[in-house]
Amino acid sequence: MTWVADVVHGILLGGFYALLASGLALMFGVMRIINLAHGSLALIGAYMALLLTEHLHISTYLALAPVLPGALIAGYLLQRTMLERSLRAGQLVPLLTTFGLLIVIANLLQQFFSPDVHSLDAGRIGPASWHVSSTLSIPWFDVLTLGIAFSVLGGLHLVLRLTQLGRELRATAEDPDTAELVGVNARAVYARATAIAVAIAALAGVFYGMRSAFDPNSGANELLYAFEAVVIGGIGSLWGTLVGGIVLGVSQEIGAHVNQEYFALGGHVVFLAVLVARSASSAPRIRYALRRFA
Amino acid sequence: MSALLRVEELDVRHGLLQAVRQASFDVVEGETLALVGANGAGKSTLLRAIAGAHRPAGGRVVFDGEDITAMPAHRRVKAGIALVPEGRRLFPELTVEENLRVASASRRGGPWTVGEVLEAFPLLQPLRRKRAASLSGGEQQATAIGRALMTNPRLLLLDEVSLGLAPIVVEGVYHSLRGLIEAGTTIVLVEQDLARAMGIADRVACMLEGRIVLEGARGELTREQVTDAYFGLRRQEASA
Amino acid sequence: MTETALAAPPAPRFRVQRWTPLSIAFTGGLGGGIAVLALGPLVFGENTQYNLIQLFFLAIMAMMWNALAGYGGLVSVGQQAFIGLGAYGAVFFSVQHGLNPYLSMFLATLVGGAVAIPVAAVVLWLRNGAFAIATWVVAEAFAILVSLDPNPAIGGGTGTSALLPFNLRYTPSQRLHYTYWAALGAVAVLLLLLFVLLRSRLGGSLQAIRDDEEAAASVGVRVLLGKGILFVVAGAGCAAAGTIILAWQLSVLPLGPNSVFGINWTARMIFMVLVGGLGTFEGPIIGAVVLYLLQTYVSISGVWYFVMLGGIAIGFALLLPRGIWGTIQERFNVQLLPVGYRLRTGD
Repeated sequence: MTWVADVVHGILLGGFYALLASGLALMFGVMRIINLAHGSLALIGAYMALLLTEHLHISTYLALAPVLPGALIAGYLLQRTMLERSLRAGQLVPLLTTFGLLIVIANLLQQFFSPDVHSLDAGRIGPASWHVSSTLSIPWFDVLTLGIAFSVLGGLHLVLRLTQLGRELRATAEDPDTAELVGVNARAVYARATAIAVAIAALAGVFYGMRSAFDPNSGANELLYAFEAVVIGGIGSLWGTLVGGIVLGVSQEIGAHVNQEYFALGGHVVFLAVLVARSASSAPRIRYALRRFA
Repeated sequence: MSALLRVEELDVRHGLLQAVRQASFDVVEGETLALVGANGAGKSTLLRAIAGAHRPAGGRVVFDGEDITAMPAHRRVKAGIALVPEGRRLFPELTVEENLRVASASRRGGPWTVGEVLEAFPLLQPLRRKRAASLSGGEQQATAIGRALMTNPRLLLLDEVSLGLAPIVVEGVYHSLRGLIEAGTTIVLVEQDLARAMGIADRVACMLEGRIVLEGARGELTREQVTDAYFGLRRQEASA
Repeated sequence: MTETALAAPPAPRFRVQRWTPLSIAFTGGLGGGIAVLALGPLVFGENTQYNLIQLFFLAIMAMMWNALAGYGGLVSVGQQAFIGLGAYGAVFFSVQHGLNPYLSMFLATLVGGAVAIPVAAVVLWLRNGAFAIATWVVAEAFAILVSLDPNPAIGGGTGTSALLPFNLRYTPSQRLHYTYWAALGAVAVLLLLLFVLLRSRLGGSLQAIRDDEEAAASVGVRVLLGKGILFVVAGAGCAAAGTIILAWQLSVLPLGPNSVFGINWTARMIFMVLVGGLGTFEGPIIGAVVLYLLQTYVSISGVWYFVMLGGIAIGFALLLPRGIWGTIQERFNVQLLPVGYRLRTGD
């Protein structure tokens, strides 16, 4: 019976991963940038919320009001200063510079906030849960997170389909040169995409801070999970990110069920298995490779 | 009568290759200029340099009195230059209507709207919501021209609009072009089909290996002169 | 217009040259330098030897990361998987099975190369960012597996030590000397191995793959094989570095950014290669020297140190992407090590 609980919790966890991963998927879809610092940026969101709640004594949810616009601006600047140049310099360079950023952020956070763990207050909804049965209890906070994930993904979907910005994003993603030729400022479009991605990351970071304790090195782990979600769901697909997140969440919960220490390992194993399955399914490539090796 | 577009001694490189050498010409408002020449003569590169897709190595591009040589492409669109690229280059996953609407980013005032474009190209009306990748060649060409028109350009650059299209489709495209010309649009078009080019243009310029080797009004030049310049032949009876 | 028959100019004769006087001089100097360094334990003080060992394993890591990224276009963020594997492998053979620690180090290096093969089978299909993340996942998976190993020799999450196998056989002074020689030897062997690989047809293939993978494949270049060889060499090399780290600091941890499976090793590798010159042969060595000097003589606290590393790496990636050596090479058209070809005309 508790396997059911694992699956349910895994789905809810998947909602969180989808939220975190959607910014990553957006940046990759529009610009082909893998932002290795994505998890770190989310973590900055959590720490900013921490500062605000501690000094202003406001609720975490209220802290979102200044954190999100701040993240929008930060993302815009990040693109215009660092990522734009990285893109121009070559395919490998964004990986290197965002990795450097990951290291810088992790260590700066450690410098200013100490290596101790912190967490954010989730308010009254935090401890509340729905006792479905004796073996299954659904935390309302996780449901809220899943709901937010749906809203964000849905919002992104609507923006991409219905708005002028969305059209410009999609056009620039497909053909930046021609987009420029029809009057679209590709650099501004990229900057807006990064701004949105970082804002979503910050939102995810705040929710992360409410669901679990965090420390300066959490960014790296969360990035890994977010990316696993994106790859499992299929790179380039927004709703695939939700599917990927859920698969990852369920894998991790089942792993934890087998042995508490196997939580992350469960996800890693499924991730690698998906990769192997995908490679194996491209059978022509296997035959080609075998011929080449023979 | 000052020129709307003035190109002065433009040098454009394509990687290590010098694609355009010392190109100079004027286009007056309302005029139609045809750029002809063999493959690789530099016509497309020249057009792209005017549109801002290619940075020139030397020379100037002056539009409506303003030096736009360093201006990025999207700003040139705002200034009133629109390019219909070689091979159409529609956004494949966007619908016809979305392809048109994307181009309204430039927000220039003018008569062209989605409705106006669909009226000018009635064949597109039933295709509004169709993905651009699934259109036929002629439909794509119409969409590409319509997309450029959505920016309400003062100068329309057309690169090989007849390429890969059936003759009857090309006829339709040129019929629409005649309408644009009558409405007063300034056009520079690159065309491999000499007959069509000389039939529609006020002036013709012929390029060979990056240079403009012949230029003149439609009435001044004979077919033979243009053909010779096209192939780089020099006859005993020297001309122009 | 008359046409005169022009006498054809004499056809120039071409000569393909691999060694230039400069490269002969440099290679000789490099060999001599290694020979001189080999005298280290007889000449240098213990502190210097201890520090130089660090330079050696940093150089190995830089060479390996450069081989992957610079020659294969493979940005790996998970080479620490093999560093940890090497360290723990050496523990496994020496602590658990009582073998001579240096033999254990050698075996662990081989294990590193062997494990690289199935890992390559899983990850080499991927491109760019997906490849990078997959290598990181592999490293994390290894780290977790090691930390969960119930074997007391491995020590689980609290780490382990190789103190016993060494102290049973050697004095601390001997351990220092032998580790120094082992490290220097590893550097020399790997340098030679890379040199031979790059001068072979593989070298040309790799250049082709770097420039245009599809075009290379279409003319018969065995892309996967080339990348696979690089990945296995890098796996073995990083494992070797891991064994040296074990011999050098004796105790190791599996988890955390500064552990043998930690992400900070990748941070150091990227720093060294970006600063030295990605894709050049000499670059990683220069980068390792720079990092070594920074570590030894610049005393900044731990976190600011990595902030500095990350910042400098970003700066180089954006402003000086060819690194120190790459820029010099480009500016002065100099190549110290004869891995390329030069076309000479004339006599």
